[in-house]
Amino acid sequence: MEKAGSEQKKLNLPLWLLAEVSYKCPLHCVFCSNPVDYATYNGELSTEDWLRVLRQGRELGATQLGFSGGEPLTRSDLEVLIAEARKLGYYSNLITSGVGLDEKRIAAFKESGLDHIQLSFQDSTREMNDFLSSTRTFELKQKVARLIKRYDYPMVLNVVLHRYNIDHVPQILEMAEQFEAEYVELANTQYYGWAWVNRDQLLPSREQLQRAEDATNEFRSRIGNRMRIFFVVPDYYAVRPKPCMSGWGNVCLVVAADGVALPCHEARMLPGLTFPSVRERDLAWIWNESPAFNAYRGDSWMKEPCRTCPEKEKDYGGCRCQAYLMTGDASTADPVCDKSPHHTVVTDTLERVKKLSAETHSGTPLFFRDDENSRLLAGNSRSPLA
Amino acid sequence: MPLDDNAILEIGRHYRFQWESAQNAHVLLFPEGMVKLPGSSGEIMKRINGASTVGEIISDLEAAFPGADLRGDVIEFLEHAHGKGWIRTKEA
Repeated sequence: MEKAGSEQKKLNLPLWLLAEVSYKCPLHCVFCSNPVDYATYNGELSTEDWLRVLRQGRELGATQLGFSGGEPLTRSDLEVLIAEARKLGYYSNLITSGVGLDEKRIAAFKESGLDHIQLSFQDSTREMNDFLSSTRTFELKQKVARLIKRYDYPMVLNVVLHRYNIDHVPQILEMAEQFEAEYVELANTQYYGWAWVNRDQLLPSREQLQRAEDATNEFRSRIGNRMRIFFVVPDYYAVRPKPCMSGWGNVCLVVAADGVALPCHEARMLPGLTFPSVRERDLAWIWNESPAFNAYRGDSWMKEPCRTCPEKEKDYGGCRCQAYLMTGDASTADPVCDKSPHHTVVTDTLERVKKLSAETHSGTPLFFRDDENSRLLAGNSRSPLA
Repeated sequence: MPLDDNAILEIGRHYRFQWESAQNAHVLLFPEGMVKLPGSSGEIMKRINGASTVGEIISDLEAAFPGADLRGDVIEFLEHAHGKGWIRTKEA
């Protein structure tokens, strides 16, 4: 395969290694970004496999390491992996729901050299937190938030926003203030995986989005430097696409629970690409040589309007997975861009949602992320394009 | 904030400063992020050890790179780093 426009250009380093160590999760969030067919994947990597991946990643120049999932705490060897990460010189980040994080475990993580914990909340209220995750976890998460502080970790709260909780942004920020959080990520749902299946139910209205942004700015001006708040907009309301993953195979290398290596955690759904496994290949080959990681590097894969667009260096044509989900062709412009001939897919979705959000509950049920639904969606040949 | 010559500096909480051979530069790591500190900025940062004062750091740099008047540049960088939270003054 031709190396897309990058023959002369030196490849960037995979500074971010994201280890999705397990797709097991005690929560069943309706906006989960995991692949909808995760329940059909073959077995998790062994401890030895992960240790090898960590060493190879570091040799390639990775500095940031994310332990994610699923719920990474379901892996009982996390302490071993964290200790190795520290020894190798990674800055290691645990991205967790908090379920399974007791005092004994957090003390062991501290001892092993974990640098940072990002804790997710579904909402500021018990009712909505527990409904959206289909669990009773609200009190437990509060307990974990206090543990994180007590063990002198930087407190990073992540709340995924959507139609059901976006009106609670002021209360969510108050909750973060009570926890003395240093960072808060108000991350509007990005519509992939389970969130794509549930998009008609989850997309907020334009008015909701505006109110949430206003509330965030008001809170920022009151709290000053004590808390840094990141507000991630849902790109459906934008007219230019996001520079997805800062470019395909440019910064980030994801290794999924079963060992498949990906340029982003959604890319697995793209047809026509064979993603290599760390069970069979080393990370250097995967990053530098594999056809899949080279498929959308540079710009020679681009079609019009991206190919001649002066903004292509800035947004890389947007997101390949979103282009595929909305048009069936991963090499077209991200339809979020209003220069895309498919932009009406986005505006039609927003129109549909506008009508739906006038009702409290739409007729379509929410798909909770669990093994049964995963097998159901995997069996649907049109999924996730359903 | 102006930094006193007698202030003792240390790396900020939750930051890690290290040499990265893959980038041939020093870097500062923090939650989900990294700042590359090439050349002189790395030389200044690697002298911040929780024991040396601002004055000692400047003298040490002037000894290592003789002939240059470094004070102004060093102070400017340290104040920038302090404002960003990369470094902090240690309580005596």
